[in-house]
Amino acid sequence: MSTPAHLTPADFAPAVMERHVHAISRPSLSYWQDAVRRLRANWRAMTSLGVVIGLCIFAVAGPWIWQVDPAAQDVDQISQGPSLPATALIVEPGTAWAGVTKEPTASGDVVANLRLAEPATTQTVRLTWEPVVGATGYVVYRSIYDPAPDRALGLPLGDSLGANRVSYEDRLDLKPQRYWYSVVVLDANGAEQQAYETFSVDVVRAASIEEAQARGWTTQDAALTVGTQLTLPFHPLGTDYLGRDMLARLIYGARVSLFIGVVAPILFVLIGIVYGSIAGFVGGRLDQVLMRFAEFVIALPFLLFMILFKIAFGIGPGESGVIPMLVALVILDWPPTARLVRGQILQIRQEGYVSASQLLGAKTGYLVFRHMIPNTLGVILVTLTFAVPSAIFTEAFLSFIGMGVAPPTPSWGSMANDGIRTMLSHPHELIFPAVLISIAVLAFNLLGDGLRDALDVRMRGRE
Amino acid sequence: MLAYTFKRLIQGVITVWFIATATFFAMHAVPGDPLANERATTEAIRKNLEARYGLDRPVTEQYVLFLGNMMRGDFGISFTQENRRVNDIIRESFPVSATLGILAVAFAAFGGVVWGALTAIYRNRLPDLVITFLVILGISVPGFVVAALGQLALVDINAWLGFSLLPIAGWGSIRHMIVPSMVLGLGTMAYLTRLMRSSMLEITNSDFIRTARAKGLPPTRIFLKHQLRNAILPVITVLGPSIAAITTGGFVVELVFAIPGLGRSFVQSVQQLDYTVIMGTTVFYGAFLVFMVIVVDLLYGLIDPRVRLE
Repeated sequence: MSTPAHLTPADFAPAVMERHVHAISRPSLSYWQDAVRRLRANWRAMTSLGVVIGLCIFAVAGPWIWQVDPAAQDVDQISQGPSLPATALIVEPGTAWAGVTKEPTASGDVVANLRLAEPATTQTVRLTWEPVVGATGYVVYRSIYDPAPDRALGLPLGDSLGANRVSYEDRLDLKPQRYWYSVVVLDANGAEQQAYETFSVDVVRAASIEEAQARGWTTQDAALTVGTQLTLPFHPLGTDYLGRDMLARLIYGARVSLFIGVVAPILFVLIGIVYGSIAGFVGGRLDQVLMRFAEFVIALPFLLFMILFKIAFGIGPGESGVIPMLVALVILDWPPTARLVRGQILQIRQEGYVSASQLLGAKTGYLVFRHMIPNTLGVILVTLTFAVPSAIFTEAFLSFIGMGVAPPTPSWGSMANDGIRTMLSHPHELIFPAVLISIAVLAFNLLGDGLRDALDVRMRGRE
Repeated sequence: MLAYTFKRLIQGVITVWFIATATFFAMHAVPGDPLANERATTEAIRKNLEARYGLDRPVTEQYVLFLGNMMRGDFGISFTQENRRVNDIIRESFPVSATLGILAVAFAAFGGVVWGALTAIYRNRLPDLVITFLVILGISVPGFVVAALGQLALVDINAWLGFSLLPIAGWGSIRHMIVPSMVLGLGTMAYLTRLMRSSMLEITNSDFIRTARAKGLPPTRIFLKHQLRNAILPVITVLGPSIAAITTGGFVVELVFAIPGLGRSFVQSVQQLDYTVIMGTTVFYGAFLVFMVIVVDLLYGLIDPRVRLE
């Protein structure tokens, strides 16, 4: 027997144990730490979370920053689109106008040199023109569109009788916008001639000092002098059909809509947890009875009963109707959560760690709070997040059919409903609330998706 | 299967009874008076009206009467539309709502399957991204906004064409039905597209598809016969609940497009507090929805033999 040449006695020395071979090189993560890490990696969920937080700040802090009463009507600015602050010219109080009388010199069948006698304001527009030979009078029309294409002269304001009477004063409900005035000559028989002369006028918003004070545009008496420009109440997102500030209404509407959308799910999820855990934990006959009842409530047509309960609760004068809606939502919406929690509890009861805990002498309360609830919390959180958009939708739907919050309380749904009536002429009244509803619903949906991916182990890796 | 059908039907009947009872007592809990309008001026007229509607009897007797009449299919007389029976209102308006609903479900199911399959085929490529974006939009925009915008778009299209391509409101011909049923089905279609997409993707990675590929089946055959057929199943399960969604969505669409359907008369009766119409319509709708869900569940059992109904 020969010894292999390449082995030396040193090879037979005991090996030195190298440390840290199996050491865990990264910190171990708990379930929740892992979930947070997954959520952070999901940019869509994080953006949505940011949007949700932003909406909450908008609703909570908004009224401090934008201190405008959402129910106050600004009758001078109704259905106004988003705009910069409007101004008004301070003028002398209105006085009577003698008008202009002139002998005709030029012939022809069209009045010439139609012009303003004075600057046009919302107080008065004073027109004058050169007389026509042979005319017995003149008719003045006003239109808010250019009459040129098809002789749509607009509203006949009045006749100026007599050939020499070559002026007209318009004080009829003037708005700060452009008007087209047309003057038609009356011939010897008193019939209107086909020809007409048109003149466009840009009317400037104006008010006397007394009017400005009466309308609440200003409070300081001394600061006003004739000829100054006064800044009117500012509506950055415009006003609605009653002249209420859109931004203020959107903020207060966010409070109502998000309150219903967030508080109702929290309440019914809590009820569902209690109901479901009792059913799941006690089991047996009670479980059967409780679950049958829950199934009946699920089988109820949700929106029909929502409407029915809203009618049954009624809304008293001066009430907003937010609480009845909340109660109706909670009454009808708890069973899915209860079923979910019951299923989870039944499943967790079978787990080895619960049996182990029981063997070690854990009491029921400890089992529930240490094992059951923490292990169902993920699923519950996901349910809660997905319940928010559906509650917001329900609120909007009810407001749309007139069963929502009572006016003047704003909610996004009731604002959108109001906006639909005027959507052709003033689309901003529909667009702002509709966009906010969509953003809120989208953000909660995407956040729910992200939470489900992060929390629900079984759903991982699936779409 | 027969025993199961029977059990579900019994459950359905109990649910409908539950709905009827809840409706009855909810309506009787309403503060105010169903006759509180200008017609009941004197005590004598009021007495007559109460006798006519049976309001002079005790609540329990009214309840028994209500249940008895309902079982015979009689929902009483409308409070606000004089001498009109609730049955007539339902008979006239329900077919309209049903037509609209069926068209909407068909549109939603067809669109959902097609778009969902397309997104799965073009996964993470341009068509997928575009459709997914539209789906997210369809899910997050409220139904009444979609309806209003749909009508607005139709106005613009008609104005641009210079003639009326499709009517913007009303009911009567097939041309009236197209836009409202599309608007009504849009939300459900978005939801079904999403479902179909995930269902398709799940099946793409399953063993039997790999086997089919391995044995050399042509791709179109795999797609149509193996993938699509299996992926459609979850879509069918949610059709039951979507019928409910489409019914309630019909309220909005019927209001916006002025369609004389049951949803509109329900909303109108709610706004006018027409008690008998509210009760009749709620019970009718409730019974309809409960039995639609049962029918869809039973159909699902027939279509997919793997499903073991419990």
